[in-house]
Amino acid sequence: MVSKEFTITADSGLHARPATMLVQKASEFDSKLTLKYDGKEVNLKSIMGVMSLGAGKGAKIEIVAEGGDDQAALDGVEGTLKSESLI
Amino acid sequence: MDEQITVTVKDLVQNTALRVVWGEDDLDRPITVPDIARPGLQLTGFLDYFEPKRVQLYGVNETEYAKTMSHEQKMYVFKKMSTPLTPAFVVSTDLQVPDELIDAAKAAKIPVLTSSLTSSRLLLNMTYYLGAQLSERKAVHGVLIDINGIGVLLTGDPGIGKTEAALELIQQGKARLIADDRVDIYAEDEQRLVGAPSEVLANLMEVRGIGIIDVLQTYGAAAIRDHTTIVLNIDLKRSNEKVSNFDRLGDGGASFEILGIKIPKMELPVTSGRNTASVIDAAALKYRTERMGFDALSTLEERQRKLIKENEVHDQQNN
Repeated sequence: MVSKEFTITADSGLHARPATMLVQKASEFDSKLTLKYDGKEVNLKSIMGVMSLGAGKGAKIEIVAEGGDDQAALDGVEGTLKSESLI
Repeated sequence: MDEQITVTVKDLVQNTALRVVWGEDDLDRPITVPDIARPGLQLTGFLDYFEPKRVQLYGVNETEYAKTMSHEQKMYVFKKMSTPLTPAFVVSTDLQVPDELIDAAKAAKIPVLTSSLTSSRLLLNMTYYLGAQLSERKAVHGVLIDINGIGVLLTGDPGIGKTEAALELIQQGKARLIADDRVDIYAEDEQRLVGAPSEVLANLMEVRGIGIIDVLQTYGAAAIRDHTTIVLNIDLKRSNEKVSNFDRLGDGGASFEILGIKIPKMELPVTSGRNTASVIDAAALKYRTERMGFDALSTLEERQRKLIKENEVHDQQNN
């Protein structure tokens, strides 16, 4: 299991479009990916779950990966957070 | 697979409720253009722009004007207009057909038709019918069904389950079959796509393991339609569970284009444990509710925006 914390810097937060990209990236891996924010946690492979958190600019989020490809999954998702200018 | 389309005067008579005044034996004359001519100016002798291939429609103006012409003038003009290419003469509103027109038509073996309808109504009916029959048709591999009035073209690789999904919706009374396996598509008014079966395959479905089903005989008249406007394409795809590039929010804006007309397209993954028929039904209803102005994605985005604002206030208080 690996995990990492990030701070959202995008003005409109983790809104629909980048959330979709994030979920699609997460779905490429076998590991279980969890997104934690404000004491709540959701499956990072679920678009509705991710959007339901309402993580805006400045939100501190944590991503946890558990499984055979956990490091690759975490790196992959971090790459998407960057490419979507979320962090 | 595009076929040479032929429409005869007989087809026109049968489909637009015309009566034959003269020429029962000459109804096999072909009609090759969908346009209708109103030969008002031609009656005055101005024949430069006479369109011989068109069905010639006479209304009140034309017949009343003809009454002012001499017998010789009428003989001359009607004879000029009775060409080997002219399909038929039509007289609207049960008006008296000029004798000279019947004589000229008889000599050239051109049928003379009448109707109780007005010229404008007849013009509309005939143009609509001929336009539909004579448009360019393209054959597409797929299944066309009407789900609650929404014409949905199902496409996807052979064996993916297009027919089975359509059959399930037909059995549930939610859909009607227009065409299975081969859908003939034409553009109506260059704006809408209309699909129909090829005559040979009308009402028939081929279900793997069962064979050919006659949907009309098996499920009744309510289970079929002879044509429908196609507004949505649902493309069934075998999904690789790991890599899912499917549209998760349903706003991908993909489209299906044929004959220069685009319609929205949804790609639906087919996986075990997922009922394709239910998903197709939901997709059609989603299309319809969105057309009515309801958009679930906007609702979700609006709620999320509100939540983000609340969370930001909350985060600031904590920091």
